Amino acid sequence: MAKRSNEPFLWSLFSSGGTVAAFLVPVLLFFYGLAFPLGWLASPGYQSTLALVRHPLTRLVLFVLCSLPLFHWAHRFRFTLYDGLQIKHLNEVIIVFCYGGALVGTVVASYILWNIP
Amino acid sequence: MKETPVYTEYHPRWYRARVSTYWWIRQWKYLKFILRELSSLSVAYFVVLTLLQLRALSRGPASYAAFQEWLKSPIVMALNVVSLLFVLFHTITWFNLTPSAMPVRVRGKRLPDWMIAAPNYVAWLALSAVIAWLILRD
Repeated sequence: MAKRSNEPFLWSLFSSGGTVAAFLVPVLLFFYGLAFPLGWLASPGYQSTLALVRHPLTRLVLFVLCSLPLFHWAHRFRFTLYDGLQIKHLNEVIIVFCYGGALVGTVVASYILWNIP
Repeated sequence: MKETPVYTEYHPRWYRARVSTYWWIRQWKYLKFILRELSSLSVAYFVVLTLLQLRALSRGPASYAAFQEWLKSPIVMALNVVSLLFVLFHTITWFNLTPSAMPVRVRGKRLPDWMIAAPNYVAWLALSAVIAWLILRD
């Protein structure tokens, strides 16, 4: 039997992660990364943030938000290294670093989200 | 063709013009492509930032307050600004590519690109508004 390529599966993770990132990251990065730290808007306090994050639906969204975009990064960054720097000979190292990193990130995300009080 | 091919000791090599490693610097079109691909770094950075924030949140109010202070440091702030620009670039290029990734045909005719891209922008604005409301409501 011919060896099946993993490419379609990895591409589907890349694609769904890219879509999740495109829709959700700008607004969140704007609020939590700029507007709140710079004091443009009053930062929601610890209690209300915790209440929001504690909700099972929020946890699920946050898990998807962390995991899929990491696989998006893994796939895209892998090919950026191939195309932009032409380091195809380090293929194995790059693959382990990229997809392995995304896997580790996914495990860390589930651990953190599970342990939120 | 000859019955028995003549083998040479040396395998012929295909000619391939050597491409410079920095082929993408000289033309804006290519540079834009590489910058678009590099936006994935900003996406990964955002995930790391989010995970750090969630960890601080789960450790209690003092830890969360310390994280908020850390966010104000100039380096983090600069990274956030650059990342936001890259992520916006990702969003725009991603939406504009949807007509190529999934062309829609109605009665055998391909829908114009903007009719596939535009709903993405509308959904993006709506979703961003909902998230803003969720975060800011009290």
